[in-house]
Amino acid sequence: MSLRIIVLAKQVPDTRNVGKDAMKADGTINRAALPAIFNPEDLNALEQALRLKDAYPGTTVTLLTMGPGRAAEIIREGLYRGADGGFLLTDRAFAGADTLATSYALAMAIKKINDYDIIIGGRQAIDGDTAQVGPQVAEKLGLTQITYAEEILNVDKEAGRITVKRHIDGGVETVEGPLPIVITVNGSAAPCRPRNAKLVQKYKHAMGKQERGTRPASHPELYETRPYLNIQEWSVADVNGDLAQCGLSGSPTKVKAIENIVFQAKESKTISSSDQEVEDLIVELLANHTIG
Amino acid sequence: MANFYTDNPSLKHHLHHPLMKRIVELKERGYADKDIYDYAPIDFEDAMDSYEKVLEIVGEICGEIIAPNAEGVDHEGPTVANGRVTYASGTQQNLDAVRKAGLMGIAMPRRYNGLNFPIVPYIMAADLVSRADAGFENLWGLQDCAETLYEFGNEDQRQRYIPRVCDGETMSMDLTEPDAGSDLQSVMLKASYNEADGCWYLNGVKRFITNGDADIHLVLARSEEGTKDGRGLSMFIYDKRNGGVNVRRIENKMGIKGSPTCELVFKNAKAELCGDRKLGLIKYVMALMNGARLGIMAQAVGLSEAAYREAYAYALDRKQFGKSIIEFPAIAEIIALMRAKADASRSMLYETARFVDVYKALDDISKERKLTPEERQEFKKYSKLADAFTPMGKGMTTEYANQNAYDAIQVHGGSGFMKDYACERIYRDARITNIYEGTTQLQVVAAIRHVTTGTYLNQIHEYQAIEYKPELEALKNKLAVMTEKYEKMVTKVTETKDSEYIDFQARRLVEAAAHCVFGYLLLQDANKDDSFRRSAEVYVNYGQAEVDKIESFINNFNREDLAYYKQQ
Repeated sequence: MSLRIIVLAKQVPDTRNVGKDAMKADGTINRAALPAIFNPEDLNALEQALRLKDAYPGTTVTLLTMGPGRAAEIIREGLYRGADGGFLLTDRAFAGADTLATSYALAMAIKKINDYDIIIGGRQAIDGDTAQVGPQVAEKLGLTQITYAEEILNVDKEAGRITVKRHIDGGVETVEGPLPIVITVNGSAAPCRPRNAKLVQKYKHAMGKQERGTRPASHPELYETRPYLNIQEWSVADVNGDLAQCGLSGSPTKVKAIENIVFQAKESKTISSSDQEVEDLIVELLANHTIG
Repeated sequence: MANFYTDNPSLKHHLHHPLMKRIVELKERGYADKDIYDYAPIDFEDAMDSYEKVLEIVGEICGEIIAPNAEGVDHEGPTVANGRVTYASGTQQNLDAVRKAGLMGIAMPRRYNGLNFPIVPYIMAADLVSRADAGFENLWGLQDCAETLYEFGNEDQRQRYIPRVCDGETMSMDLTEPDAGSDLQSVMLKASYNEADGCWYLNGVKRFITNGDADIHLVLARSEEGTKDGRGLSMFIYDKRNGGVNVRRIENKMGIKGSPTCELVFKNAKAELCGDRKLGLIKYVMALMNGARLGIMAQAVGLSEAAYREAYAYALDRKQFGKSIIEFPAIAEIIALMRAKADASRSMLYETARFVDVYKALDDISKERKLTPEERQEFKKYSKLADAFTPMGKGMTTEYANQNAYDAIQVHGGSGFMKDYACERIYRDARITNIYEGTTQLQVVAAIRHVTTGTYLNQIHEYQAIEYKPELEALKNKLAVMTEKYEKMVTKVTETKDSEYIDFQARRLVEAAAHCVFGYLLLQDANKDDSFRRSAEVYVNYGQAEVDKIESFINNFNREDLAYYKQQ
């Protein structure tokens, strides 16, 4: 049994170690001050995919990411860990996408890839924290989704079934779903394996066209003799996308304002799950204008 | 993401030494592998880039996995049941990570599935691992044994065993026995040849075997019945898959507790001869030891670095009398000297590793073709330097690791005496480094002939001939004076032609030579990179005073007083 797996991954600014200069005066993220990294939960997702590849020889793991030319780094990071290849969705028209436009673009690319059993990604990205893209991709493709996954327990391609352990409040639950399926992985899943020394040496020259345009390759001849070093880039047209549904024009979400919040309360309060206590809390929060 | 490679710029400095060009060229044989292996380098720059990228992986695993696991591993330790060892859970995690990263068999040729890295980047990885957890370095560093298999095993053995090591199987070298520690000539484990099946069988006991439940063992055993000395010993390969060796117990040690130190019982364990009979100790173990000593140097350097970092961080953080304790001169001096000793040790480590690299690569080439006369000269020069620098470096850097570990606790004050801080583990871990793979006293025995024959002095003269920046003139002059004093001491001691007296002063002479060598190495570092200036100045001030102390002892010593030092 061999599987076709697509891993959705995003390059994000590293918001985990935020310094003083992380935000610009206008409230937007100062990307120059934050290193671009592989979104942490997408790494958890990649690990689940690679474990299936270890277990079922012949399985292929393909990364799919959207971003500027430099986001080819995400594909390389995947190749370094054992992925087989990847596609970079990159086009000015994709820029400024909210979750709706992002999931549209990803869904179109997945349709173009066509051959897949499992689409897997992180639960959410650390720059937006929405956890919407995975579920939206599933909806657009008309596929079942399992969110908050911690471990893929079993796959039976013949029967078209997959068993997944997922994280829920206060425990875990084991669920079964049909193939093909969309899975989003929680950060409590196994950490991703390290980059592999041989694979890093094999793929370190891999680049997308845009990157090659900005930094000259040390060995340009390699891109002819070793085709696997060319990272495939896709534009809106390449995935048969509708421009109106891509990027800014396809994004109904608009940022109204960003405010700095300083947590002032020093004590925490525990409430039970009784309706009365929840209602009291809502009333309290409305009264002091924390919400509403 | 903590990364022990990228957070320490001195590593990159040492990696990019000018001699690397020659080393990589020899190791890569004109970059012929690039057409056969997709991960082989295309040229020198590409090779160096690959070393860096792989060291970044090592640095990340050290920072993110091995170092955070170190405390748990130290507490949990390995266990033994039914003759088999189970590692601490953190150790198992560490091993899984380095295996998946493909970091076993780093220095092995690609045809056996290795990375074909020179010793310098390989030993740099050992330096990183040791900083994260010195005990884990023992397990990881045993991939060194594959080097011995490669050098002395036959092609069939290489093909059967080395790829397994590259895939992550662990190794051990089974030398020590209850009555054979420093004196390996007394090894009694019996190897008997069975004519019927043409196999060797091992019987007896080995003790203090690091990672004794390894997959593949190199075993020193007595193959020549009736012999009593080193000439009756041969080297054998024991494959755990064949069975016959059980772990009777594991030692309860003071430090490096994650590394299982085993007592092994060999009961008719099937083994195969590695190399020629009778050469086990006199040739193979000696070669194995030199590699292992370089590994212990790396362990010492990693520990010195770790001790320094713990002390520095604590001294910045700890406030007394209204300020950070590092602002008090007494503490600042300790920290500065720790940094200088760590830097000096690291410079010595990579200088030695480069010497080993050149001669080993040439030795390997000599198996494929005849070396040119120039290459033969080069081989002779570097193998002699490696032979001289290895014991001096192992002796000095392991003592410095202990001194730094001691000072790290001192900087922590009472807190350092508690189990709450890493410095107490570092202190315990460091303590073995100047004992195993030959005590400091035995390193002196190996190094003293290079004092008396002038190997060190000749090399110091080479260092003196380098052109240094004008602002380093004063430092250079201090070192010249130290060297002169050293020369005079050597003459004074050796002209007595009294071997007992020379032995008595040997450690002092080796140390004096080392202060000069370490000082010149730091001077060269400072010449290339100003960030080494501080350590160079601090070290030479320290070394100068140490040389004066030694000089005073030797000059004032009355040879008749030797009697007072003897066992009555």
